[in-house]
Amino acid sequence: MSASRLEQGGRIDRSSQVSFKWDNQNFTGFVGDTLASALMASGETIFGRSFKYHRPRGVMSAGVEESGAIVTVGRGDRRDPNVKATTQEIYEGLEASGQNAWPNVRRDIGAVNNLMSRFFSAGFYYKTFMGIPPMEWGKGTGIWMQYEKLIRKAAGMGVASREPDPDTYEHGHRFCDVLVVGSGPAGLAAAVQLAQAGLDVMLVEQDYELGGDYLNQTSPDAEEKRKASIKALQDAGATILTRTTAFGLYDYGVAGLLERVTDHLAEPSPHTPRQRFLTVRAKHTILATGALERTVAFGNNDLPGIMTAAAAATYVSRYGVLPGKKVVIATNNDSAYASAMTFARVGADVTLLDARGSLPDSVGGLLDSKGIALKASNTALCANGKRVISSLDLAVDSGAGWSAGETVDCDLLLMSGGWSPVVNLLSHRSVRPVWDKDNLCFVSPKHDEPIQIAGSANAVWGTSDCEQSGKSAADAAIAAINGDKTSVSVSTAVGGWETPIKPLYEVKVEGRKLKSFIDPQHDVTADDVRLAHQEGFVSVEHLKRYTTLGMATDQGKMGNIIGLALMAEALGREIPEVGTTTFRPPYTPISLGALTGRGKGAHFKPLRRTPMHEWNLANGATMTEAGLWQRPWYFAREGEGITEAYIRETITTRETVGLVDVTSLGKIAIQGPDATEFINSIYSNAFAKLPIGKARYGIMLRDDGIVMDDGTTWRFSETDYFMTTTTAHAAKVMVWLEELLQIRWSHLKVHVTSVSEQWAGSAVAGPKSRSVLEACVQDENAVSNDALPFMGVIETQLKNGVTCRIARISFSGEMAYEMYVESDYSESMMDMLWESAKSFDGCLYGTETLGALRIEKGHVTGVELDGRVTIEDAGLGAMASDKKSYIGSALRKRPDLNRPNRPQLVGIIPKERSETFKAGSVLCAEHKIEGHGEGWITAVTHSPSMGHWIGLGYINGGYSEWSGKTVVAADPVRRGNINVEIISPHMVDPSGERMRG
Amino acid sequence: MIRINCPFCGERDHSEFSYGGDGSIVYPALDAPVEQWVEAVFQRENIRGVQTESWQHVSGCRQWILVERDTMTHEIHSVRAAHEGVAKVLEAGK
Repeated sequence: MSASRLEQGGRIDRSSQVSFKWDNQNFTGFVGDTLASALMASGETIFGRSFKYHRPRGVMSAGVEESGAIVTVGRGDRRDPNVKATTQEIYEGLEASGQNAWPNVRRDIGAVNNLMSRFFSAGFYYKTFMGIPPMEWGKGTGIWMQYEKLIRKAAGMGVASREPDPDTYEHGHRFCDVLVVGSGPAGLAAAVQLAQAGLDVMLVEQDYELGGDYLNQTSPDAEEKRKASIKALQDAGATILTRTTAFGLYDYGVAGLLERVTDHLAEPSPHTPRQRFLTVRAKHTILATGALERTVAFGNNDLPGIMTAAAAATYVSRYGVLPGKKVVIATNNDSAYASAMTFARVGADVTLLDARGSLPDSVGGLLDSKGIALKASNTALCANGKRVISSLDLAVDSGAGWSAGETVDCDLLLMSGGWSPVVNLLSHRSVRPVWDKDNLCFVSPKHDEPIQIAGSANAVWGTSDCEQSGKSAADAAIAAINGDKTSVSVSTAVGGWETPIKPLYEVKVEGRKLKSFIDPQHDVTADDVRLAHQEGFVSVEHLKRYTTLGMATDQGKMGNIIGLALMAEALGREIPEVGTTTFRPPYTPISLGALTGRGKGAHFKPLRRTPMHEWNLANGATMTEAGLWQRPWYFAREGEGITEAYIRETITTRETVGLVDVTSLGKIAIQGPDATEFINSIYSNAFAKLPIGKARYGIMLRDDGIVMDDGTTWRFSETDYFMTTTTAHAAKVMVWLEELLQIRWSHLKVHVTSVSEQWAGSAVAGPKSRSVLEACVQDENAVSNDALPFMGVIETQLKNGVTCRIARISFSGEMAYEMYVESDYSESMMDMLWESAKSFDGCLYGTETLGALRIEKGHVTGVELDGRVTIEDAGLGAMASDKKSYIGSALRKRPDLNRPNRPQLVGIIPKERSETFKAGSVLCAEHKIEGHGEGWITAVTHSPSMGHWIGLGYINGGYSEWSGKTVVAADPVRRGNINVEIISPHMVDPSGERMRG
Repeated sequence: MIRINCPFCGERDHSEFSYGGDGSIVYPALDAPVEQWVEAVFQRENIRGVQTESWQHVSGCRQWILVERDTMTHEIHSVRAAHEGVAKVLEAGK
């Protein structure tokens, strides 16, 4: 192969030179070049090394189907592996390099693998994993882990950057009447027709230039047509996106697009994203996605200097590059004749091999006049050459199959084994393509999707036929959008070749061993397919996975059909009987960054802050995440770490008073004449007689009798309740109440409103809590023990006139209050409370102390109410009413939920009191540390009241079963196992005197 | 991506909705025998074809709706408000 730049021609801008680097060497090209065309113009032939055998690979195509010139672009944190050189535009300063090779793709040490290729055949990994016969040496996972490291290093693709991606990506949403994918003759014609009919059209093109095959044509007519169509689209206001791939089609006309915004720019603006991931919702979609030329399996068909015929013509016509001067073209169909003409026109020495015996009438004389030598009934058998092709052994069809023919010198071999319409996107919609035996390709069947397929994507070969096909598709789309079902029919002249195509997938002759690749990117050969068949693989899906055919980054765009054909031959069946594997999104690879969009780092999930967030920070809070919420974790004083801080906060709260932000609790206003009946039906304990001015702790169950959530509900009037839920389940409970009221109990006159955001709250806990409140409210009698007894509720005014809601409820076990004000007043409330609390030597506390206080009391939270426990398991069975029916009351009576040895809530203390243990440990009987054990630990804390570590957890049979016995808290991979004792979960003030006090 | 025509908000992506489950279940009275509750909560058809399911427009109007969807094709045959009274009012207004 001795490629060079032509003196003239092509769509490149010869006045704009571009400098770039390939493997650290300087190269130049022109604006309009791809990396492949620019390097070929400079005489480069080897672009990569193959996956397993490290065979040299050159440019095989001029588009997304590329299977040879796979390179790495960029460096450092912008290194992007597995980029197709055939689609990468060059720009000033571009740096690209070869991959899977050392020291470089031209001299690669790994090429020794090629000598051992018979060991690396299909199923190599599986066989190695099974051990090497006859002794099955090396069998098993352990040794495989060792092999795997070596194999990974030797076999592979490029290496991704390990650094954080410095680029930004965006997600966008678009709507249109019709999405047209592909801007070749069919796509442009369709889009113009639609836009001129007044429809909102979006045309997407993966190339940087609109035109598809028009761009490969050198006639002025084609360019005129292309330009006129684009102008018509612009005039009609159509949306046009270039450098945009429709990578997937989904339900309801939804398409996924990837727009490459800056991948072709030397100096992208820092304000533009690198790529956009666009979700398009279209009423109708037209696929004018074209067709990909196939190669044929023959000996050494992967040598650099061998490419598909139309692709080579593209390099001449579009890029002004002559890929070779002594050209052999091997075809089984009419399309390669145009490529032959293209090469003859620019002065190449062309020999055309046609596998068919009878040739198109119209071209015989024409070829002669151009000096093209035509050999009928000939094709390529085996390419020769060390690093690039230098000669070709021919095969001759003598009427009884192929036999070896003469050898011809060449520096470029072009293959045309037929065309495969790009039906991939249709396949994403579960429409299985059907085999067209006239055109030897898979085409779209009749289907019910709102999708038309036009042009060569539907096996229409001629340019004007493609234009017509696009217009018909547009008409069908318009009819479908107008609901006119009768006139929707896709009538297109499928095919269009003068002489029928001849089936030709593999060329071989008796007695000659050939290395014939069908998936060059994954080094899958024709022999691998036969080996797979010999070893019992008959389904194409298994064939694919066993040989890895079609599993490389090109997803088999070049080789799949040959693989199917060979499998069909091995099975003695026809291709349609063998079937095809399913194409799945994405059509071409998309970066993880584009999928992620802006949803990373701090934007990975929403952040919720309470209205007193800044106040907490200003007062020394260290924050922690509780679900989406930021909550104070602890308030360290000088010299304190978390442990010292929470122990001090716990002691202070038990001795005087502590304040904690409880705004994150869910709050729901439940209002209406039937509110009482509603609440009584969702809680398992009695609510029907809750007096106005009182709160009650409630537990709600699911339909199946398992605990859903707990919280308190406060009654303000006959018809007005205020429910609190746990922080974790706030959203779930709201949805549940809405479901009940809208679906099951639509007769109830109740309205529920989430008011979590409207009310900000603080708990005031400790023996001095009432004194703190007295200093903050206008009427201190309002919070006296008589006016506000345990479980009492009032609405009153703070000293600054702000209305607040106070309930005397306790999570800490101390005398305590929860008080809420409208969110905007939360800081002023905290200022007042804190001022007052300080005068009693009180403290602020966070979730760590909240946890310590409640564990000491045996109060449950979400970690105990984990969706598996019954109300009895949680030790709250006495609360469940037997006098009424409520959600879950029927199914909580199921036998299994009432067996005596269910896991039940217990307190846990270390046998050796100085020892500590961790939440998540498995509780096991002594001397029987195995399996799931007897229970688990949900929460632990140091208890200042008890002077040692304590925990809560569940154990089969509960406290009565295990009291006095030694139990092991098994934690083999972290802390180790330690002996514990099981006690009542109510570890501090079990009678509750302190909170009622 | 399924698109659901919310009776209150119009056609929206299914990602705005959350799936409720079998919308054809008639839950028994709270004091009904346990057998009826077992039937309603645990015995479910795994329908191949058109099934009625409940969805909530949780990131929109928060209304529960009943959707007849074909589980094979995702085709939606009808959408209506799950709340009987609201559904009647909407129907009358058509």
